[in-house]
Amino acid sequence: MIAEIGFGSLFISLIISVYGVIAAIYGERNHQRKWVFSAKQAMRLVFPLLTLSIGSLIFLILNNNFEVVYVASVSSINMPVYLKITAIWGGQAGSMLFWSWLLAGFGFIVTFRKWDRDQDFLPWVIAICLGTIAFFVVLNTFFENPFVRYWQVNQEIVQSFVHPPGGIQVAPRNGGGLNPLLRHPGMIIHPPMQYLGFVAFIVPYAFAMASLITGRSDDRWIQLSRPWAIWAWLFLSLGLILGARWAYDVLGWGGYWGWDPVENSALMPWLSGTAFLHAVLIQEKRNMFKQWPIVLIIVTYNLVIFGTFLTRSGLLSSVHSFARSSIGPIFLAFIALTFIASFWLLSSRWEKFKSRQVLTSFFSKEALILITIILFLGMLVTTFWGVIFPNISELVTGQKVTVGPPFYERVAGPILGGVLVIMVICPLAVWSFVSFKHLGKLLWKPFIVSLLGVLLPIYGGLTKVPAVIAFWLVAFVLAVNGFEFIRRTRLRRRSQSESLFQTISGVFQRNKRSYSAMIIHVGMVFMALGIIGIEFFQTETQGTIAEGQELQLASYTMEYEQLDIFNTSDDRNVARAVILVKKDGQVIDEIYPRRDFYYDSNQQVTIPGVRSTLVDDFYTILVDWKAVTSEGATFKVYHNPLVKWLWIGAWTIILGVVVTSLPDNRSTRAGSRTRGRDGHRN
Amino acid sequence: MVTEIKKTSWVAALSILLVVCLIPAAVYAQGSGPSDDEVNAVAKQLYCPVCENIPLDACGTTACEQWRGVIRDRLAEGWSEDQIKEYFVAQYGDRVLAEPPREGFNWVVYIVPMVIFVGGGVLFITGIKRWRDSGQDRTLRRGGKKVPEPDKLSDDDIKRVEEELLKRSKG
Amino acid sequence: MKKILLWGGLGLLLLFLTIGLIRSQKGQVSVGEIAPDFELISFAGESYQLSEYRGSVVVLNFWASWCDTCKPEAKDLEAAYQYYRSRGDVIFLGVDYVDTEPEALGYLEEFGVTYPNGPDLRTEISQAYRVGGVPETFIIDQDGLIAHVQIGPFRSLEDILLRIDPLLD
Repeated sequence: MIAEIGFGSLFISLIISVYGVIAAIYGERNHQRKWVFSAKQAMRLVFPLLTLSIGSLIFLILNNNFEVVYVASVSSINMPVYLKITAIWGGQAGSMLFWSWLLAGFGFIVTFRKWDRDQDFLPWVIAICLGTIAFFVVLNTFFENPFVRYWQVNQEIVQSFVHPPGGIQVAPRNGGGLNPLLRHPGMIIHPPMQYLGFVAFIVPYAFAMASLITGRSDDRWIQLSRPWAIWAWLFLSLGLILGARWAYDVLGWGGYWGWDPVENSALMPWLSGTAFLHAVLIQEKRNMFKQWPIVLIIVTYNLVIFGTFLTRSGLLSSVHSFARSSIGPIFLAFIALTFIASFWLLSSRWEKFKSRQVLTSFFSKEALILITIILFLGMLVTTFWGVIFPNISELVTGQKVTVGPPFYERVAGPILGGVLVIMVICPLAVWSFVSFKHLGKLLWKPFIVSLLGVLLPIYGGLTKVPAVIAFWLVAFVLAVNGFEFIRRTRLRRRSQSESLFQTISGVFQRNKRSYSAMIIHVGMVFMALGIIGIEFFQTETQGTIAEGQELQLASYTMEYEQLDIFNTSDDRNVARAVILVKKDGQVIDEIYPRRDFYYDSNQQVTIPGVRSTLVDDFYTILVDWKAVTSEGATFKVYHNPLVKWLWIGAWTIILGVVVTSLPDNRSTRAGSRTRGRDGHRN
Repeated sequence: MVTEIKKTSWVAALSILLVVCLIPAAVYAQGSGPSDDEVNAVAKQLYCPVCENIPLDACGTTACEQWRGVIRDRLAEGWSEDQIKEYFVAQYGDRVLAEPPREGFNWVVYIVPMVIFVGGGVLFITGIKRWRDSGQDRTLRRGGKKVPEPDKLSDDDIKRVEEELLKRSKG
Repeated sequence: MKKILLWGGLGLLLLFLTIGLIRSQKGQVSVGEIAPDFELISFAGESYQLSEYRGSVVVLNFWASWCDTCKPEAKDLEAAYQYYRSRGDVIFLGVDYVDTEPEALGYLEEFGVTYPNGPDLRTEISQAYRVGGVPETFIIDQDGLIAHVQIGPFRSLEDILLRIDPLLD
């Protein structure tokens, strides 16, 4: 019954979204507002319908309805409720439904904004959003239906949604359970964040396309999409960082990023999305390079779809996967349609979006931002090429190849360095022009402070040249931002008499965007610190030791205290080691690396024991143990300096985005536009 | 090139002889054998041939353990890191390397990004030149009117102007 | 010029995706196709060229010592080999898919496998047959065409004989 409700509402939402697309375009073509209005209502209706559908799926999972194939494949009786919720996106069909639901959610919210000034955009935004929703719902309805059930027909078990003639519904006694690797608290928020990030780019994309279709080439579409793009970017960043955290906590290889094709296909839209947000800035402030943001948002959205295709169609799947997804061909058709339509529109409106580019100085803010965009695009091209090359190579030579970390890092290292250099200069640079002399005047104080910041580690024995340069750049960026903040606060205090707190909050209020950018950039630098720490200074060792024996790494000593092996109520067999962490002979911490074996899915997961401080992480993995555990267990130990700053940086970035979207006093935004040509028609 | 070895009795005898001779050496090598760290140092540079995109040193399956065992044996026999890598490539194909080997068609993977970078750089620099030229035009044409001479205004002045504009737009 | 680059690039990308998708959806070489030729070098060092076995039925089995589902069928395959041995026109070849030699030899000994087995060097044979996993068995008829594809293990000796007998007169 519940499955019927779920599928029924899914199917109705498909019909309604197809209707909406047609109504929106028909209304626009014939200048009949009522049809567009009807299409808008359709878009509002799809979200509750899909909510009902996904709600049914949640109910089925929570209720252990294993006659539903999807439920049996991702859930089991003993799974706690939070994991059952996670199971919604634990498999292809469910995650697809979740994706459609989020997409519909964004469509739903968009309809509620005031459209008075943008009536001409409305039908196209509806058509694009609903068209995309319709596509994903088609996938769910005809190819990856999460409501398919098991039936017994003449001694044979068949999978079907509709009741086959003579069939009896059957259900396995228990489900296979969620993939153990996905049973991590991070997995509860990582996929939703990642999906939100991907899906939210539909809105800026729809605005951009509407702008191209209507030929309205002012910067209205940018004003409309910017907040959406920022939130999409934040979600995508969070998704990436949570994924990294999950890899660090669960995959047990001491790292957080492996340049795996699946990771890369999530990184690519982030790179172009970041480039987009910067290009928007140039257009808003200087009304230049108007073609760039529109190209970048189209590329970003297309990369989202492309990445989804790569990871879901089986094109990137492993040798072991017997299951071949059937969504490949139709997905390919959708991709072809999206790519061709986007770029065809773009090239046909190209001249309209031409703007006069004027660069007066290499040190002007726009020139620096332009270089930043180029750097991000460089990384994007490299990543893209690395992701697709193994497939090309297999076509040409018949040999499979791996394009792994060394390939990407060769490019990523210098690019990260370049971005840091720009982050030193950029906060001091001014729009349109800045003299080198002026820049020098602002730079020398932070420069000296940054030297102090790097001399300390050198004094402490740091010898790696790239690491010294990296540390120095990090210190420099922090110093520049600090000095700039003080300078601006002083400037304001001189002109107005108010308390320091008032001044600081006032400065923030006035220039919210540039300060939030400052915070986000500082967060980025913190993350760079973490990356530098692990890339240059990670050390590791492995050894088999008996109880009471020790292993040494960096300034730490670990003592193997004991190993317990026991079963848990949720069908796991846990082997958990107790490790004493010592420094200078003193016990400073106790950590528990363990290995969980899941009976229901016959898989094991290695969970590291980590002592984490601002300076470094001491990361231990239980590799193996002898039959008599007191005789010996094998541990792999990593020393990961500074890695905690990666997560601190992520939190800082969130703070920055939250600052930028604090209640807005509209005059500030209007004011910031006075410089640019302000030409919307109302 | 494969030589067809006929399993005649003398070959068998010889191999037995060899094995017998080698056993003490092998045992000796195991005693002071390569450490886990030495094995991992090589394994780190290789990828598990059956699991997708997992470095051999971090992979927990039995198969991977066996491969690490192979590395250990080869190290004990005195093989160099490169020899071991070559052995793995010959056995399991190019995919065990973290990067495509630099030969034949695989050069494409390295050359294409370089071409794009150089091309992009050239395009960017010519673009900047063009944009700068047009910038000079503009100051020539409009220099006397509204746009102030760049170096006559300090940044602080601009900031003050901005603040003023802000206040006005507010009111 | 710019337009040619744009559309050319986009076209190439889509073409490549299409080909990649077709390949990934294709699965194993299927019944009726010409069996790709290969050279197998056995653990004993002898060379076996598929094309030299025209006129015989070839049973090509992919396995690995780390593969648990391969184990039950190993004995049956050996029994089938012994069954046809005197006829001389049924050839058994075992391809050891990404494995380590000591373990592989241990496996062959454990299950008493005597027909020729050798490593899948550079995974070239398994890629030519587009193997999706192990165990998989391809039965090739006298004309060098694929007569049967077994994905997963054979269930019994009869299961194997049932696939080979119809090919023999």
